[in-house]
Amino acid sequence: MVDTKVTLSGWELDNPVIPASGTFGYGKEFAELYDINCLGSFSFKGTTLNPRFGNETPRIAEIASGMINSVGLQNPGVEHVIAHELPEMKEFFHKKVIANVSGFSVEEYVKTASLLDKEDAVGLIEVNISCPNVHGGGMSFGTDPKAAAEVTKAVKKVCAKPVYVKLTPNVTDITEIAVACEEAGADGLCLINTLLGMRIDLKKKAPILANTMGGMSGPAIFPLALRMVWQVYNKVHIPIIGMGGVTTAEDVIEMLLAGATAVQVGAANLIDPFACKKIVDNLPAVMEKYGISSLKEIIGGAHR
Amino acid sequence: MKDCVFTLLTNRELAPKTFEMVLMGDCSAITAPGQFVNIRIEGFYLRRPISVCDVEGDRLTLIYKVVGKGTEVMAKMTPGQKLDLLTGLGNGYDLTLCGDEPLLIGGGAGVPPMFLLAKELLKIGKQPTVILGFNTKAEIFYEKEFMDLGVKTIVTTVDGSSGTKGFVTDAFVQVKYSYTYCCGPEPMLKAVYNASATSGQYSFEERMGCGFGACMGCTCRTKYGNKRICKDGPVLKKEEIVW
Repeated sequence: MVDTKVTLSGWELDNPVIPASGTFGYGKEFAELYDINCLGSFSFKGTTLNPRFGNETPRIAEIASGMINSVGLQNPGVEHVIAHELPEMKEFFHKKVIANVSGFSVEEYVKTASLLDKEDAVGLIEVNISCPNVHGGGMSFGTDPKAAAEVTKAVKKVCAKPVYVKLTPNVTDITEIAVACEEAGADGLCLINTLLGMRIDLKKKAPILANTMGGMSGPAIFPLALRMVWQVYNKVHIPIIGMGGVTTAEDVIEMLLAGATAVQVGAANLIDPFACKKIVDNLPAVMEKYGISSLKEIIGGAHR
Repeated sequence: MKDCVFTLLTNRELAPKTFEMVLMGDCSAITAPGQFVNIRIEGFYLRRPISVCDVEGDRLTLIYKVVGKGTEVMAKMTPGQKLDLLTGLGNGYDLTLCGDEPLLIGGGAGVPPMFLLAKELLKIGKQPTVILGFNTKAEIFYEKEFMDLGVKTIVTTVDGSSGTKGFVTDAFVQVKYSYTYCCGPEPMLKAVYNASATSGQYSFEERMGCGFGACMGCTCRTKYGNKRICKDGPVLKKEEIVW
């Protein structure tokens, strides 16, 4: 018997497989297909203080081995999530979930996170700092170490649960932001968010996405994500949840070897609704194949 | 929704760039006309959503237009090939609201879902009329198939090379109808919406990520809130549409 358990800030997960925010809704569509309690946890749809329609359509474009989305954080707002989505979710998912929080000002992050922190279904708060700061000239919080630290510190102050900061890869040096978040009190880091990209429709000779640009995900970005997890692991002492193009149990193990404690799976859920279940099911056999008896023991194992 | 492997039985060109594919597999998740399937194609990351044209036991008929590289690959597929399909996606048409003489309007690639809809309406004793809109005679497909079902079939062509000259709405004067069902390009949907005297249901298209409601890639506004074209649609009722 292999041991697939991992621990995030004192929270033990049966396995490190976590569907990523924005690719799993609130779990309902997947719970109709299989018992999603086989997952380590899942990160629900990015939540903001107020309801958001998101960007105009088209919001989706295809790339080689991946996709681009510009959904724009469509969500019903934190109050609706707490009143309707979480109670419904608890009926079919009996583990704790990750609450993904977004905002356009420090105050908004603080309010949203503090409300979700009180929910017993929530295991940890994941702060998405890839949003533009309306008070900072529209620049993303996640591209400026000072702004990233400011959000981290403010959210940390109002939350009893572990606060993990989700980093954007659209920066010159991701380790600089990672260190700033750790110093500001982050309990862990999640990386990477999507990479900014675009496609042009040849017939219309115009961008495919209504928003022109969007976030790239899928296997195309896996090596880049792995590299960033590797670099950040070298610089911080807090747990990392690795993500970006993870599709197979082998990818999960690569991420752990690079330094991740758990892994999120994003785009793969959209092309194969059973993707996460398959990864969970395959994990023990792949561990045995590579002579791994416990996942906890291999975290960062490729750093020698 | 089900994820099933289908076997390709036939794949033939009905009209330039328009192909009909018959597949064999588990169709049990397909519960209403107007639903779609999402097909995985080797070499492409995203699946390709294609509306259901007909279901007969374990036989699934799809008609698709070659519009890009994915559908180009589909057009070259040969019998015996296995395909991974997510089936039973979308809400489909509601057959309970249409009165006795529903009018079915399909334009171009919007024609296929009207076939299963016409069949199902006939089964429950309705007398549907169908208007099939094309640009020109060469593009026409399934006229005979619809007539063989025993439904009154009117063809319109924009250039007048066959049937009634003009748009689908130009044929409305020939028909007495109690309700409208519509699928086609958005300008056509809008024209039908404005020209039809009755209530109805309209099937919309959008670029999709997952096709089953998880990613919010295809959301649209309606009078009753945001809806996902893939899960809450693709069929919207006339009363809720916001143009």
